[in-house]
Amino acid sequence: MKKEITVTINGETRTATVEPRMLLAHFIREQLRLTGTHIGCDTSNCGACTILVNGKSIKSCTMLAIQADGKEIITVEGLATVDGLHPIQEGFHLNHGLHCGYCTPGMMLRAVELLAGNPNPSEEEIRWGISGNLCRCTGYNNIVKAIQYAGAKMRGEELPSTEPQFV
Amino acid sequence: MIPAPFDYAAPKTLGEAFALLEQHGDEAKILAGGHSLLPMMKLRFASPSFLVDINNIPGLSYIRESDGYLRIGAMTREAELEHSGLISSKYPIFTDASKLIADPQVRNMGTIGGNLAHGDAANDHPAVMLAMRAEVVVSSSEGQRVVPIDEFFFGFYMTAVQPNEILTEIRIPIPPAHTGSAYHKLERKVGDYATAGVAVQLTLGRDGICSHAGIGLTNLNPTPMRASRSEEALIGEKLTDAVIARAAEMAAEDCNPSEDLRGDEEYKRAMAGVLTRRMIHRALDRAKA
Ligand SMILES: Cc1cc2nc3c(=O)[nH]c(=O)nc-3n(C[C@H](O)[C@H](O)[C@H](O)COP(=O)(O)OP(=O)(O)OC[C@H]3O[C@@H](n4cnc5c(N)ncnc54)[C@H](O)[C@@H]3O)c2cc1C
Ligand code: FES
Ligand code: FES
Repeated sequence: MKKEITVTINGETRTATVEPRMLLAHFIREQLRLTGTHIGCDTSNCGACTILVNGKSIKSCTMLAIQADGKEIITVEGLATVDGLHPIQEGFHLNHGLHCGYCTPGMMLRAVELLAGNPNPSEEEIRWGISGNLCRCTGYNNIVKAIQYAGAKMRGEELPSTEPQFV
Repeated sequence: MIPAPFDYAAPKTLGEAFALLEQHGDEAKILAGGHSLLPMMKLRFASPSFLVDINNIPGLSYIRESDGYLRIGAMTREAELEHSGLISSKYPIFTDASKLIADPQVRNMGTIGGNLAHGDAANDHPAVMLAMRAEVVVSSSEGQRVVPIDEFFFGFYMTAVQPNEILTEIRIPIPPAHTGSAYHKLERKVGDYATAGVAVQLTLGRDGICSHAGIGLTNLNPTPMRASRSEEALIGEKLTDAVIARAAEMAAEDCNPSEDLRGDEEYKRAMAGVLTRRMIHRALDRAKA
């Protein structure tokens, strides 16, 4: 039986009717037409679908849309503001934190929660922190740098160099 | 992939949840963190016709010590265990286990109650609970019953929880002084289920003689397994390297791993031995600290 749900997504309140079996990722992509949230697997492993629900990073392929009733959701479309890119987006951009970009929305939202709880994470904490997000392109090093850049910017510190390093 | 159709309710009290479970019988499934159930429903390994979502019932999420027990509410998330000051200061075995369970997003959702109620020998908490001799509180409209962990796991995905019941609390006897515990699992990559995992809790009496020992094994038997012979080999002994090595050998002999992509039987037995030895040493160091 279909049920009505109301969610706040990227600051906007949306009401819709869903089947209980509809996954939150499909709801966001197909019903709300916000296709920045990606689906990369069928086994809850890849993290491409990561979004924030009430500030917590979760895999939206492993939550029902109906469970999000009354909740606040942030997707990649909600990161930038009229003032420009979010520091995490700027970090990925300047540090070449992406190649194909498939994992990027999930990586960024996971990083936002990580930095909210731990504003100055060590490299190891960053790597553990993104252990639920797979990237098949970058080799992760530039993703780590992007998150370090965003952390520094959000702490109001001098920004690390974004010159490419050859090792 | 999407699950087969089902109907859904999110009751706000335990009473309403019990009524729904009674009405729908074994056609219904409880939805906790959903991180074992929903993946199985997506793959159509499970197709319940009704889901009772217990996430909106208040009062099922807590970590506290009272009346000689560490009490953990069934809906306590892995992330809450991971970040609890009480847990990291007094029960490091949980910190060992939590950070090896899946990944941060899964830990934001997955609950300790679900981890046990799923009845999967590959999950990490069952072995920890065996080592700590936990008790599981199971509730229904008829009241509560307390199930010792040794009577909780029945078979593949089967536990003592009946279709009309909800697991509400896990109780762990607060261990005496000079107790140490540790957990580790061998995994192919971060977030994978265990190739082999071992949980140990030890208590030292006067003269450093081992007075209590609990050893639980992850993914080394069709159900979560207590390494009883290894425990007996430690109790009443001074824990010398030779005694520990013998107990570890017994765990390797007694477990029943099956061959899969994570390794063949011989390899898993060998790893059971290595991890048992290492975890006894780590628990011993912590007991002495
Ligand atoms: C990618 C991935 C990796 C994972 N890796 C690990 C790992 O390394 N180690 C590990 O231990 N786990 C792992 N898990 C499983 C995860 O920890 C699950 O969250 C956990 O097994 C189930 O808890 P849940 O709260 O999500 O339960 P659910 O999925 O909601 O429920 C699981 C089962 O238990 C029943 N149930 C749940 N709560 C109750 C209750 N209170 N009373 C009665 N019945 C109940 C449900 O009806 C269902 O049958 C992984 C999961 C994923 C998706
Ligand atoms: S799509 Fe892969 S974890 Fe959600
Ligand atoms: S940039 Fe391609 S998967 Fe990460």
